[in-house]
Amino acid sequence: MPVLDYLWIIPLLPLLGAAISGIFGGRWPKNAILAVALSSTTLAFLAALEGVREFLMLSANQIPWTKDYFTWISAGGFRADFALSVDQLTVVILLVVTGVGWLIHIYSTGYMHDDPGYRRFFAYLNLFMFFMLILILSANYLLMFVGWEGVGLCSYLLIGFFFLKRSATDAGNKAFWVNRIGDFGFILGLLLIFRTFGSLDFAAVLPRAAGMAADPAGQIGTLTLIALLLFVGAAGKSAQIPLYVWLPDAMEGPTPVSALIHAATMVTAGVYMVVRSHAIFLNAPVAMQAVGVIGCATALFAATIGLVQTDIKKVLAYSTVSQLGYMFLACGVGAFGAGIFHLMTHAFFKGLLFLAAGSVIHAMGGEQDMRKMGGLRKKIPITFWTMFMATLAIAGAPGFSGFFSKDEILNEAQRVSPMLWGLGVLTAGLTSFYMFRLLFLTFFGKQQYDERKVHVHESPKNMTVPLIVLAILSVCGGWMAAPQLMGGANHFQQFLAPVLSTAAEPAATSAAAAESTGGGSEILQALIGAPVIAGLLGFLLSWWLYIKSPGTPKKIAASLSAPYKLLSGKYFIDELYLAAIVRPLVWISDKVLWHVVDEGAIDGTVNGVAEVSHEAGDRLRRVETGNIRSYATWIVLGVLVFTSLLLWMVD
Amino acid sequence: MVPTSYFLVLSAVLFGLGVIAFVFKRNILTVFMSIELMLNAVNLAFVTFSRALGQLQGQVFVFFVIVVAAAEAAVGLAIVILIHRNRGTLNVEDVNSLKN
Repeated sequence: MPVLDYLWIIPLLPLLGAAISGIFGGRWPKNAILAVALSSTTLAFLAALEGVREFLMLSANQIPWTKDYFTWISAGGFRADFALSVDQLTVVILLVVTGVGWLIHIYSTGYMHDDPGYRRFFAYLNLFMFFMLILILSANYLLMFVGWEGVGLCSYLLIGFFFLKRSATDAGNKAFWVNRIGDFGFILGLLLIFRTFGSLDFAAVLPRAAGMAADPAGQIGTLTLIALLLFVGAAGKSAQIPLYVWLPDAMEGPTPVSALIHAATMVTAGVYMVVRSHAIFLNAPVAMQAVGVIGCATALFAATIGLVQTDIKKVLAYSTVSQLGYMFLACGVGAFGAGIFHLMTHAFFKGLLFLAAGSVIHAMGGEQDMRKMGGLRKKIPITFWTMFMATLAIAGAPGFSGFFSKDEILNEAQRVSPMLWGLGVLTAGLTSFYMFRLLFLTFFGKQQYDERKVHVHESPKNMTVPLIVLAILSVCGGWMAAPQLMGGANHFQQFLAPVLSTAAEPAATSAAAAESTGGGSEILQALIGAPVIAGLLGFLLSWWLYIKSPGTPKKIAASLSAPYKLLSGKYFIDELYLAAIVRPLVWISDKVLWHVVDEGAIDGTVNGVAEVSHEAGDRLRRVETGNIRSYATWIVLGVLVFTSLLLWMVD
Repeated sequence: MVPTSYFLVLSAVLFGLGVIAFVFKRNILTVFMSIELMLNAVNLAFVTFSRALGQLQGQVFVFFVIVVAAAEAAVGLAIVILIHRNRGTLNVEDVNSLKN
């Protein structure tokens, strides 16, 4: 078991890559930097593959495979180890992170080739891989938190990568601050876990949480509180209402970063954390409801904003927020496996969408406004076809990966709450609409740019090959679940079952089994149909508006100007936060904290101490006359005083 | 035998005279001599206790003090000579350049 015994090697490889190119690479030629960055991630991916191969040979009682390397913190009753562990859930995410991460690294060698900051870029990107791998491999919450904060840091660094641009640094700061709010909830959750269970190890906490009595519905007990606090952390990292505002702005970063960090991996860390803690969530009905409702609301909310965005990356950003909402919707209805399934397929197709968008932007020489593109289909065919595949996948076209994962989520949701299901189906329709709108505006219709100024060209091989690989994954990535449709078993769910059945299986799953064997399959087929029909309607509407009669959208926008302004202004949530939170905070910081507390109290204390000693020194200086006889007199008097004191005390 | 207290009183009186002379005399040489007087008053106290307690340490201390006093006299007188040469005075009140 070479890799499983030395699990640390998987995260170490990208860390080494980051250290080598970041510290020593200052004068190295560009190709050396690219080779270091690429080989470290390639090796990490190969190590992960070998690790998974070894993992599949383990017997069931060896899973989760945990390796305890050293004691990290030991203080009183508290103990946290540097321990890594692998189970089925980890395997899925590990392959997604290393695999998609590897492809995006390859893509970046083309995309960032002419950027002067390529060394910094690859050092950060490698460092991100390291923290992400720590996050998913850790065997306790504390080490997970290290990875969690580390990916947040790298996200901040890479959003603000073009640091000479004011909007980029602002976006980086925004992401950092909004994540602080979520992380604060996460920390409180960890403290409460430690207080309740006396440990932060998954192996100690989760089985005990599963064995505890569930909090009664409608009441907030300890488990519910823990679950809600963890969910605050997840909402920050995974951009859910009300903390989603940082993700659309994060598009200021280079496009491969958007693909890797802000679509495929980091933003799904919240989903991973919730699924990892499912034993806690399952015993906390109120928290489950909150997760489901917030997830569903975010999915719909972000999708409506996505309808009218004109920046190609912004559409994808809101789409990401929306799809993350789907994953939390799945968690909220107890379908954790479906959530992870969607996480995986989403990593494929959304990673691809971003990379393809990057390829479009590359071809257009930096233009991101879709209204200034059009007719690119023939000029950049590989980008078009791969993006088309990804669009079909995200829109849920039957047979594509997104179809399987989204339908699974909606099926599970339907069992718990018809309303969540209905909103989910509506979101599926909206998703299909805005994705085809993106595709039509970009690749079809009339050419909206000046050909003399923009030299449209297909991207180099190292950019198109990752696109093709991801396109294949976007198409086939969901087939593991395909047999379910034919009345068979869902291989993906079966694979994850050992992890997710540590808690009592949610009633929904057993009901699903009963239904699929019984006579309910017709209903099941009908339900599968609804999201597909919604997606088809979205496609047709999009086709009609942007291909058939391209003048219509403007007329609609004019006749419905109020709702249109609301949507294109993103519901003015940023403005609301600015007025309700940011401005008052700045005001308090300026008027109270700066001028009163800092200048008055803190500076006053420090300066006051200096003032007093200066003044006292000035007075005492006069005692030093320089006259030896007065010194002698003082000594004699002092001796007399002490002697008489001594005598007095002895008596 | 003369009682111990007599010696101690004598020692205290000598020490007191040394202190008074140290504080009130102006001539550095006189001040210097008053220091010697105080040292010897202390020596007397040491010897007295040595005899009263039947122990030798007190006398050993006295030897030390005499040796140190000899060295101190050598250095001290050298300083006095230098002050006289540089300042042309032996009045301690004029030697106050540490002030300010």
